[in-house]
Amino acid sequence: MELILALAIGVLFSSGIWLILRPRSFQVITGFMLLSYAVNLFIFITGKIHINKAPLTLDGVPVDPTRYADPLPQGLVLTAIVIGFATTALYLVVLLGSRGLTGTDHVDGKERDHDE
Amino acid sequence: MNPLLAELLVLPILLPLLTGALLVLINERHHKLKFVINQVSCLLLLALACWLLWLTDGPATGENILVFLAANWSAPFGIVLIGDRLSTLFMLLAALLANCALIFSYSRWARLGVHFHTLFQLLLMGINGALLTGDLFNLFVFFEVMLAASYGLLLHGYNITRIRAGMQYIVVNLLASVFFLLGIALVYAAAGSLNFADLAAKIPMLDDSARLLLHTAAAMLAVAFLTKSAMWPLGFWLPTTYSAASPPVTAMLVLLTKIGVYIILRLNYLWFGDNAGASAHFGNPMLLLGGLLTLAFGAVGLLASQDSGRIASYSAVISSGTLLALIGYGEHLTLSAMLFYLISSTLAVAAFVLLTELIERIYTPADSVFALSMEFFAPEEEKHESAGVAIPAAMAFLGLTFAACALIISGLPPLSGFIAKFSILHQLLQSRNDMASWLFLLLLMLAGLTAIISLMRFGVRSFWTAQSSQSPRLKLSEAGPVSLLLVLCISMAVLAGPLHTLLERVADDLQQTERYIEQVLERKVISKEAL
Repeated sequence: MELILALAIGVLFSSGIWLILRPRSFQVITGFMLLSYAVNLFIFITGKIHINKAPLTLDGVPVDPTRYADPLPQGLVLTAIVIGFATTALYLVVLLGSRGLTGTDHVDGKERDHDE
Repeated sequence: MNPLLAELLVLPILLPLLTGALLVLINERHHKLKFVINQVSCLLLLALACWLLWLTDGPATGENILVFLAANWSAPFGIVLIGDRLSTLFMLLAALLANCALIFSYSRWARLGVHFHTLFQLLLMGINGALLTGDLFNLFVFFEVMLAASYGLLLHGYNITRIRAGMQYIVVNLLASVFFLLGIALVYAAAGSLNFADLAAKIPMLDDSARLLLHTAAAMLAVAFLTKSAMWPLGFWLPTTYSAASPPVTAMLVLLTKIGVYIILRLNYLWFGDNAGASAHFGNPMLLLGGLLTLAFGAVGLLASQDSGRIASYSAVISSGTLLALIGYGEHLTLSAMLFYLISSTLAVAAFVLLTELIERIYTPADSVFALSMEFFAPEEEKHESAGVAIPAAMAFLGLTFAACALIISGLPPLSGFIAKFSILHQLLQSRNDMASWLFLLLLMLAGLTAIISLMRFGVRSFWTAQSSQSPRLKLSEAGPVSLLLVLCISMAVLAGPLHTLLERVADDLQQTERYIEQVLERKVISKEAL
């Protein structure tokens, strides 16, 4: 379980980093999305990996910490997802604006003089 | 002290949020009304910041730190807002700058696009939140609020330069946020808490493997904050961004770099101060090295800069470099000198940013510059008003204020820049006598020299070799804020003594981490009877 998650996070991170270094703004935004998935997974596993454990205590049932998962990372992930979503959307708007105004999707707003 | 006074801490966050929300509802056509609401809110914030500073510093409260427990949950579990001398001092600085930038934006910039006033208020909300929060994840949230508003403000008055700069600025900051989140996750994994005070109490007792994790986390967090405060090599976004944004926005961005410095200052002292056991002063050598490199980079960049935007940018880089190096230098004696320098340089660079827009009118008639950007989003009823009453001797005003800015930025007598630099040099010579001190001293002097050269060159070119001899037309709403900022700098020089004792108290606060931890963690929830 740990190995699969670690591998998944690693793959997401490496693809995200590669995409972010590309010159097209669409690639950059895709890279960001991958990076934020990776980060969200990463935050999630800081609360240790549990299977079949509730993050919330139930009314009337005596509280036994071993039976519950850590709720805090889950709360953090939720917030991070929302914020990441909003900032990605904001970047998408700027990206479209840049495409419209400069006529190119290069991140510098202009093509290189001798392209590859 | 009445415990309910601490509830005041939520106001600097709520007030801009509500004002911002209110401003969305008002149509852009009523721009005067929007401006008035915004200005009133900023003035209220200023008053609030003064009051909070007085509460945290005044004799009435003794040695109390204001702690607001959100939803009445006690400290490590709930969300806390903490007001001590340092955070309220920064809040006061932010409110002062915001007022000046806002007045400056009145005559033209605020009308260049939509929702300027809303974004401005949200930016203030983010800044105040980041200053007051006592919890790492909350800090992230407020940082994002602040950054999102700054993206909007940077793009305000939408043209190609701003879009290009905005793309880079947003990408860099999103990346920094990724690091921020990774850092938060690792801190939680290492110490099991995100509360500043709780972490400070736990850090000395960590075992070795957790400590390693925590140091990794601190490095990740530092990348995020150092990107914000533009340490070399993380600060390449700064010159492009600063020279692309509209002047009032740039003045606020100058403040944002100082928020990065504030966080580093706070966390470095709280988590890695003298009491941190094996982690004590763990990041200091890197901060010192990075700060010195930034200082050198800023000095070289300043020398190479021709246009005003870049001169202002590299002045900000130099100021960041000096501050970071002073934090990394780690001598307690230099702290109050550092805070003095921080306030003085922030005010002076902001004044310079606002001023250069006026100076540029000497050789470019203002209207042609904005013709392009005015096309997008121009409010419908925008009929060109006359350029206002020309202040007599506008040139003399510009020349004098420019000279004052140049003196403060380069640190020459008799203004506040000199006092700041002098006290830094004095403390450097007094505290340690090693290579780092001498290198720091040398770089600081060199940076001052390049600042003089660069600013003189700019001044000569703007004032003496300008083609048109007609003096530019200034409005009171534009000349006023610049003079106000400079008057503040001058009064800093005049009142250097009392200010210095205040800053020493702030510096003491930073070092007494036990008091901070104790007051935050032992703050009692308000019982039902008290209500």
